[in-house]
Amino acid sequence: MSTQRKSILSGRMVQRAILDSFRKLNPVMMIKNPVMFVVELGAMLVLLQMLLPGILGRSSHTGFNIAVFVILLITILFANFAEALAEGRGKAQADHLKKTKQQVMANKRVGGGLRSVPSTELRKEDIVVVSQGEMIPGDGEIIEGLASVDESAITGESAPVIKEAGGDFCSVTGGTLVVSDSIVVRITNDPGESFIDRMISLVKGAKRQRTPNEIALGTLLAVLTVIFLIVVFTLKPIADYLNIELETAVLISLLVCLIPTTIGGLLSAIGIAGMDRVTQYNVLAMSGKAVEAAGDVNTMILDKTGTITYGNRMAAELLPVGAGTEAELANWAAISSQFDETPEGRSVLALLRERGLIYDELLARSGDSIEFKAETRMSGVDLPDGRRVRKGAVDAIRRWVAEQSGQIPDDLEAVTHRVAVAGGTPLAVAVDAVIYGVIYLKDTVKPGMKERFEQLRKMGIRTIMCTGDNPLTAATIAQEAGVDDYIAECKPEDKIDVIRREQAAGKLVAMTGDGTNDAPALAQADVGLAMNSGTVSAKEAANMVDLDSDPSKLIEVVGIGKQLLMTRGALTTFSIANDIAKYFAILPAMFMLAIPQMSVLNVMKLGSPLSAVLSALIFNAVIIPLLIPIAMRGVKYRPMSSQRLLSRNLLIYGLGGVVAPFIGIKLIDLFVHLWI
Amino acid sequence: MSYMDYLEMLVVIGVILLLVKPVGTYIYHVFSNVPNRSDRIFGGMENLIFKLAGYRQREGMDWKKYMVSLLASNTVLMTICFILLSLQQWLPWNPDRIGGMEPSLAFNTVISFMTNTNLQHYSGETGLSYLSQMMVITMMMFTSAATGLCIAIAFIRGITGTGKLLGNFFVDFVKAIVRILLPAALIVTLLLVALQVPQTLEPAAAIHTLEGSVQRIALGPVASLESIKHLGTNGGGFFGANSSHPFENPSGLTNAIEIWSMWVISASLPYTFGLFARNKKQGWVIFTAMFILFVAFLSLVYFSEQAGNPLIHTLGVDASQGNMEGKEVRFGVAGSALFTAVTTAATTGSVNNMHDTLTPLGGLAALVQMMLNVVFGGKGVGLMNMMMYAILGVFICGLMVGRTPEFLGKKIEAKEMKLIAIAILIHPFIVLVPTAISAMTGLGYGAVTNPGYHGLTQMLYEYASSAANNGSGFEGLADNTPYWNIMTGFVMLLGRYVSMIALLGVAGSLMGKEPVAESIGTLRTDNKLFTGILIGTVLLIGALTFLPVIAAGPVAEFLTLK
Repeated sequence: MSTQRKSILSGRMVQRAILDSFRKLNPVMMIKNPVMFVVELGAMLVLLQMLLPGILGRSSHTGFNIAVFVILLITILFANFAEALAEGRGKAQADHLKKTKQQVMANKRVGGGLRSVPSTELRKEDIVVVSQGEMIPGDGEIIEGLASVDESAITGESAPVIKEAGGDFCSVTGGTLVVSDSIVVRITNDPGESFIDRMISLVKGAKRQRTPNEIALGTLLAVLTVIFLIVVFTLKPIADYLNIELETAVLISLLVCLIPTTIGGLLSAIGIAGMDRVTQYNVLAMSGKAVEAAGDVNTMILDKTGTITYGNRMAAELLPVGAGTEAELANWAAISSQFDETPEGRSVLALLRERGLIYDELLARSGDSIEFKAETRMSGVDLPDGRRVRKGAVDAIRRWVAEQSGQIPDDLEAVTHRVAVAGGTPLAVAVDAVIYGVIYLKDTVKPGMKERFEQLRKMGIRTIMCTGDNPLTAATIAQEAGVDDYIAECKPEDKIDVIRREQAAGKLVAMTGDGTNDAPALAQADVGLAMNSGTVSAKEAANMVDLDSDPSKLIEVVGIGKQLLMTRGALTTFSIANDIAKYFAILPAMFMLAIPQMSVLNVMKLGSPLSAVLSALIFNAVIIPLLIPIAMRGVKYRPMSSQRLLSRNLLIYGLGGVVAPFIGIKLIDLFVHLWI
Repeated sequence: MSYMDYLEMLVVIGVILLLVKPVGTYIYHVFSNVPNRSDRIFGGMENLIFKLAGYRQREGMDWKKYMVSLLASNTVLMTICFILLSLQQWLPWNPDRIGGMEPSLAFNTVISFMTNTNLQHYSGETGLSYLSQMMVITMMMFTSAATGLCIAIAFIRGITGTGKLLGNFFVDFVKAIVRILLPAALIVTLLLVALQVPQTLEPAAAIHTLEGSVQRIALGPVASLESIKHLGTNGGGFFGANSSHPFENPSGLTNAIEIWSMWVISASLPYTFGLFARNKKQGWVIFTAMFILFVAFLSLVYFSEQAGNPLIHTLGVDASQGNMEGKEVRFGVAGSALFTAVTTAATTGSVNNMHDTLTPLGGLAALVQMMLNVVFGGKGVGLMNMMMYAILGVFICGLMVGRTPEFLGKKIEAKEMKLIAIAILIHPFIVLVPTAISAMTGLGYGAVTNPGYHGLTQMLYEYASSAANNGSGFEGLADNTPYWNIMTGFVMLLGRYVSMIALLGVAGSLMGKEPVAESIGTLRTDNKLFTGILIGTVLLIGALTFLPVIAAGPVAEFLTLK
């Protein structure tokens, strides 16, 4: 599924985009983009001049007029193509999603009995029963029962997840499959408003609203367009006063070259593609605004468990006490864990393998498993020879041994304390009345997290870790993971307090969450990423939902937000910087006939005035498709300080924007000059 | 010869550099509204003024109220002055019996002086009574300069502060006059009088020449007008010949004093801004960008004047003096180039040489400085325009670091961009459109005395000068006609107030925003890189707009002058 999403272009998509780019020539649609609309008007004027020569002043070269018209038309088509292609990619995703939204029959609870109705007729607050092998007909909350649900249609994750009534795992998504058991679901959305529906309309770009930043940039582009309209319109009478004749087609060429067509043509493609990149990460953003806000985040609040650490405690060390040796402790620890399927238990065996230690596996297998119970807080194995092997909380083992009048080793206290101070959890291992030692369980930081946080710091983002652990444990993990700050013994209210405190200091805050009690904090945060596995209220409060329920994706989303803004800035700079070279191509060409001395300004030594104008115009057109890949992919982004980032981008897109057209126009002219 | 030129320019510029910090700090103290020593000296006088005016509750104003107060007070002053000019023949202090002013000229003149432009379509010695010189011209020179200072201070308070209130316009206005302009004008007047500039209410002196005929030598209260004319970046001369007249500007020393006077407040305001922003570096960045542009334009004027006119060289005239046509021998090329560069940078508009006779590229430098209107600029306005480019630069470059743009901790969003759109649009609009109209109608180009490329430059210069509220004339344009009086009158009005309103709106909007925290990911606006960005933005967005007309005017003239 995910590879399918990432495939950028298919033949059909390109075909459809080409068709769409002609459809978008409709002036009614065009006017939404003022820059390209001006180009279209210009093309029409040139067409008029072509069909009725002389209507807009003298024109000596019909061939030239035709060439200008064709290039202008192509310029518009290129811009339309960029937008259509971006939309096409979104549509492809939407189509894929639609497949999951099949019409299913639902068992609706009516009065005391059940009635079979199509899923499209379900309304909010309806109650349905879904059994093994059936598809859940709509988004809702489980009010009775427990089931394992296959959510691969949404998340791409093939392993089923357990969903049950009450608690944080009660929300189900329409279009997912119940693999076992039966549940009663209360529908939470009317048709057309479900999660998938919203997702479809968002990726399709149909409901795309322009973000505040897009509006601001659009204003700048519009005003530049108006300024250059004034420049070109006033040039005509001024030139007349000097008895310099300027042809309509040349003036329109100058206008089109000067207005920011490059960014104007690519702006909406950049926005759509940005949303699309977020979706490729399987994150559903409720608006483009949320993605942009992610780029501005100053503070990131991350849950420790599941985000920074694996959340399960892993055996990291074996610490013998009293007369026990490490080998003995290893042997008994492993035997006690033989039947323990918890991650902690597995990690004990893994640690032995890693250290090359051995244990008597045959002996272990011959015993009876003693499961963990909340009262005893121990688990282990009863061996056939009557020996009982146990591991568990230190105080539980201590009590158990004491009951058997066993000796408590003097150093147990000290070892236990040492583990606790280091942020670990100690598990004692005993055989009957003898305590052999302590297993040091450690919460393990996910690999690569430290580097990620380092990157975030370079981007100027502060990370705060929230954990329910005691301050000691929290401090250790915080230091190990390299987060900037932590909140120990954190309650959901504490998160809101932190968010408010940071926001009061003028910071934008991002956080992840999944539980109902996270909902207020998710709503308060500027960027709230809810896990799809979380509750409905959490998802509603958030402005993004991660379909894979991987909280560390927040970091990627921030990167995408930044990349989106950078792409806009970079292409705007490039577009404006291009004007210098275009002036040097067109201005001498305009005046050279009347003022031969103007040829000193023809620094590119372009072949003839007409070929100079056409070359500039052709460059202006072809730069749009050449930049489509950058618009779709986004400019390259590596976390670094703003200063270096700016210098780098200014060099590439600013200086590059000045230099590139000089080279490009010259090259095109070498070719065009062969004809004129 | 040219070593002395360099020395002269270096000394004049060096003194300005030394004055920036003390003057900037003083202006900050005047307007910071924190009690300080200047209260003890001037507080009493201000309170007396407020008491006489019956203005008791002097509470803060939001940007709209501030703007309305400013516009209202300016309108009242313009109305009074229009009446005074029209009726001057019946009013006292008119020893030379000068008649009332013709309405279109009076319209042009009151706008010209209220907008700090001082475009003069009249000649002072024959067009104005002494009362008009003092009550209209000199008074407006104070009030228009004070208006400019007020708006700049309100703008600075807006972008550096939080809340809603920008201060009280009337308090700022009175402070600007009482604490800054009046004392400075007093000092400069006395200096000028000491250096032989006339200050008298006697009528024009009648002199019997050796030939036996009688020549009338115009006199009047020149020194007092001369001081505020420069301190307030006004530029309207007492005499038609302005600061090239030996009574207005008798020597190299008075020339330097006049350059310092017109430059010092504009040059110090960026420093004041830095103090308000609690980040002096931020102020220096703005100053440096202005200064680099200034040095570039000064070099262009100086070297092209020094190179002279190739057509004259071919006649066998000694070229070592440079282009001396239209220049005063007592100032030479250096003193004239420096004066031209400063007067068009600071949009003063006084001239000590005839800009019409500058070489094409020398005239181009003067023209472009007015087209940009950010190289120091007139009282306050230059700073505001430069800040507008800074916000534009921040907007584009801020995106390039992957954040929605912010300046001084405030986000730049659609509302600010819309207001800035108006401000950047108005300047090319009111320069290019009237030039094009004038090129189409005989009413316009009929005033041109040198048809062709130079004629185009004459018209362009007139509108650029009006739009930037500079007021220097390219002269050579017979511009005292109803057409030119009315066209330039409207251009001056729009040039002054539209961008003021838009930019004060930006300040008001930014002030109301919650400040955002600064981090390593924030675009820094107080370093060398941003200085470069600022200059780049000014040149890319400001200058590119005017390139075609410049190519058709001065550049074409330069290229064909061979």
